[in-house]
Amino acid sequence: MQVPAPFEYERATSVDHAIGLLSRRGSTARLVAGGHSLLPMMKLRLANFEYLIDINDLHRDLGFIKVEPSRVRIGAMTRHRELLESDDLRRLFPVFNDAERVIADPLVRNRGTIGGALCQADPSEDLSAVCTTLDASCVIRGPAGERVVTMAQFYRGPYETAVGPDEILTEIRIPLRPNGSSAFEKVGRRAGDWAVVSCGVAVWLRDGLITDARVGLAAVGPNTTGIPAVSQALRAKAPSEELYAEAGEIAARSCSPVTDQRGSAAYKRHLAGELTKRALRRAVARIRGEEP
Amino acid sequence: MNTGENPPTQFVDNDLKPVGHGRMLRKEDARFIRGKGRFIDDIQLPGMLHLAILRAPIAHGRIVSVDVTLAEAHPKVKLVGTGAMLAEHGLAWMPTLANDVQPVLATDKIHFQWQEVAFVVADDRYAAQDALELIDVEYEQLPVVVNARTALEASAPVIRDDLAGKTDNRCFDWETGDKQATDAVFARAEVVVGQEMVYPRVHPAPLETCGAVANYDPIDGDLTLWSTTQAPHAHRTLYSMVAGLPEHKIRVISPDIGGGFGNKVPIYPGYLCTIVASMLTGAPVKWTEDRFENLTSTAFARDYVMHGEIAATKAGRILAIRTNVLADHGAFNGVAAPTKYPAGFFGVFTGSYDIQAAHCAMTAVYTNKAPGGVAYSCSFRVAEAVYLIERLVDCLADQLGMDPVELRLLNLLKPDQFPYTSMTGWIYDSGDYESTLREALKIADYAGLRREQAEKRASGELMGIGVSVFTEAVGAGPRKDMDILGLGMADGAQLCLYPTGTAVLRVSCQSQGQGHETTFAQIVAEEIGIPPADIKVVHGDTDLSPFGMGTYGSRSTPVSGAAAVLVARKVRDKAHLFAATMLEVTVADLEWRKGSFHVIGDPAKSLTIQQIAKWAYGTGQLPDGVEGGLEAHIHYHPENLTYPNGAYICVVDVDPGTAVVTVRRFIAVDDCGTRINPMIIEGQVHRGLTDGVGMALMEMITFDEDGNCLAASLMDYLLPTALEVPDWETGFTVTPSPHHPIGAKGIGECATVGSPPAIVNAVVDALKPYGLRHADMPLTPSRLWEAMNGNAQPPM
Repeated sequence: MQVPAPFEYERATSVDHAIGLLSRRGSTARLVAGGHSLLPMMKLRLANFEYLIDINDLHRDLGFIKVEPSRVRIGAMTRHRELLESDDLRRLFPVFNDAERVIADPLVRNRGTIGGALCQADPSEDLSAVCTTLDASCVIRGPAGERVVTMAQFYRGPYETAVGPDEILTEIRIPLRPNGSSAFEKVGRRAGDWAVVSCGVAVWLRDGLITDARVGLAAVGPNTTGIPAVSQALRAKAPSEELYAEAGEIAARSCSPVTDQRGSAAYKRHLAGELTKRALRRAVARIRGEEP
Repeated sequence: MNTGENPPTQFVDNDLKPVGHGRMLRKEDARFIRGKGRFIDDIQLPGMLHLAILRAPIAHGRIVSVDVTLAEAHPKVKLVGTGAMLAEHGLAWMPTLANDVQPVLATDKIHFQWQEVAFVVADDRYAAQDALELIDVEYEQLPVVVNARTALEASAPVIRDDLAGKTDNRCFDWETGDKQATDAVFARAEVVVGQEMVYPRVHPAPLETCGAVANYDPIDGDLTLWSTTQAPHAHRTLYSMVAGLPEHKIRVISPDIGGGFGNKVPIYPGYLCTIVASMLTGAPVKWTEDRFENLTSTAFARDYVMHGEIAATKAGRILAIRTNVLADHGAFNGVAAPTKYPAGFFGVFTGSYDIQAAHCAMTAVYTNKAPGGVAYSCSFRVAEAVYLIERLVDCLADQLGMDPVELRLLNLLKPDQFPYTSMTGWIYDSGDYESTLREALKIADYAGLRREQAEKRASGELMGIGVSVFTEAVGAGPRKDMDILGLGMADGAQLCLYPTGTAVLRVSCQSQGQGHETTFAQIVAEEIGIPPADIKVVHGDTDLSPFGMGTYGSRSTPVSGAAAVLVARKVRDKAHLFAATMLEVTVADLEWRKGSFHVIGDPAKSLTIQQIAKWAYGTGQLPDGVEGGLEAHIHYHPENLTYPNGAYICVVDVDPGTAVVTVRRFIAVDDCGTRINPMIIEGQVHRGLTDGVGMALMEMITFDEDGNCLAASLMDYLLPTALEVPDWETGFTVTPSPHHPIGAKGIGECATVGSPPAIVNAVVDALKPYGLRHADMPLTPSRLWEAMNGNAQPPM
């Protein structure tokens, strides 16, 4: 039986309450949302926090998916399962559904939240790749008020984010743009495993030409990587197998994987290319109505 | 298949029929599916204390000092134990099952990472864990040996300097077969194919980790130990030998066990620490291992580097097999196998084939890794043997350009060759290998699969078909050559019919999920004709069951199953005498129809076994020289092992872009002789096939060069889920064992043993267009992609 070191525990009743508790407790405190990363680390005593602030009651305020004319807002306490089952997301950003189908298992998806996933900042985390792909921005609230950062600004390195010790990620905002679609590809060693590599792609077409495209790659660098060179190579071109291959080559060239238990650096680099190619193909097929 | 949708009444109906062998739901599932099983961690005793173990973070080093002052001062701590303290009681070291020794708590040296260094006993588990962090141990690190291939180099540090005169890391050398004859056949063979292959270190990873509750009564001197053991009686004897406690004062209870797979055969330091802690505190003490401890310190499996060679004619007649094996035993030889078999039953590596000569030379080494070696349903290393031969045969087929099935059909032993004495001296009891294989080919539509493969290859798709035809050797074992630490491998059984006609069977084997409470009731039901529902099977408690060697190596049905049959027949024979007296006829006048004796020629004149049982305890003149009551006892030695066999066909698809393997179909035809409960057999086979997918595709205990174990959690040591396995297609043939009283053979480990080569053969077959002849397990996407690109690497 794995048992954590002693800690105190309190349930926050509002975002401001949680921020207040964080302000008083400083770096000895930690927010717990789904808890699927934090609690195993505490049981193994790899993480020892003296104070846990349970924010699951904040699901009332922060568990939402709201479609507005120019953006979609997702509350940070929205559970994986809610993302998976959202018809709005499936219609607007199929990349979410693709990804959620292969994130962990139903037990984890019932509890785990998008905010927790992003704040954990695991280099192999799939929703980080999705949010990078979709050019999301993150709303962070603290004692001094609210600020909004891009995904690139949000990540500071493996397991590090822009969220300060007395701050909370409250919301993820995704811009809505017409004539686009998206897709997600992942290779894991087994169902529910972290990604060996995963890749999100979003594409927008007009008159048969790509107006814009974005990729988000997980597990091939210290944080999720959006590769601007891929976007540049795709813009104003007509989709074709040759173009997908070229984009894949750029993605493979531009990422920085390392060898670990999940795979060799060479294999991951290969996958970055292969999965970019496949996700592009699928996203374009979706715009054309050739694939659900 | 029965599913969870059956209404509860179905269970009762099924339990009553048939009276004997056949498909019936498991009696024990009524409690398991309601969450009412009682496992070690469910045991709660008044005043029970909790034990936690401090483990060394380094793989090799000297202990400079151990300071427990702060831990002892913790307000909830009752006792802190160290190697030095155990040494005062003569308990710092214990024998392993392979006649080696292993520290209970390290005294002067650490031999592998996460070895036991100290324990804390406290009021609760949390406090015990907190206090572990207060123990200050200073280590002086030594160079480590993780790779068996370098263990015998002159520069390698000597790990076992506790052994007198030890100057290297050699554990043992062993050989079998006839080297000269084999070499002679190889010298004149038309075709010789060689292949090095690694069977990686894997772990049984039972759902329930190991644990114990010890309760020592200081007044009576009685010790009761609940522990996760697959062999309660053998453990009782060993505790008596190690701790000097009188054996009759030790009671070992193995309650419901959440999977064993060989992981719960050895005695672990944690069990002994728990006993010592209870004796020193005078209170009951519980130790429950966590997942991390289970994966890093308890019995691993496999870890063989095998170089195999096969000699044949150009026409595909296999002539001889020889192999050199480098066996990594970890820091202590903790192999749980019959004493005269240091390599277990690896000697059956000649497989299912009719050959002229065979030879194996093995060198076993010590490394700075956890001990073990025989576990994970390997049937004492038959898993390694089957993998070697079934991969080699595929390499030969590749070399000859022959279909692997055609090659096997050409070389399989024929039914009239049994009993067959193999070139390494094993006496196969019975088999009809060709029929088993043909049944598998039929279910699979093998020819159709090959056609489909040809079409797919033409369009660039990678589809593979793999075959494995294996022979198992299970049911240890015969008194003439099998023992563990001097204990012969026989099993006891007691059967008592009560006056009202219900029965209690007490067996020495012990279930970890195998369904013994059902199967053994069925065995007795078949013999004496009372419903399985009326037969209670008692097991897993040394005070309530006769002596025997426990459950592992698929031995329960071959050994305890035979004992149950024979003890039931003894009871029936006695009932026969009573029936003759009751009906005033001679014994010869009676015939047995399942459940009752009938007077021949006057069948209306009859007595049921229940009527006879009542009379046995009642009144009336007994036959001369026969006591009343209706019960019997037996201590059964098998005369030989049983040799179940199987033919497996695996179909895989490999994604050429990602190297991800999908097991699309798996056809498993098993022959375990007489089938007692086909549903339980299918369950065992499904489980073993899942093991095979795990080992072939994802499971491996890995280490870095400093000896750090990199597979210390189930996020790092991957086990397959339902999503990685296909819908299993099972079939069977029945070739009874000639020496088992009902012709049954073991089945528990067949699928674990037989499936990995079928999967690897299928993957290698899929990658024929890449010119691949072999790739080592686990075939993870990355490792396979490297192999497809010409960079196949042995696993480390």
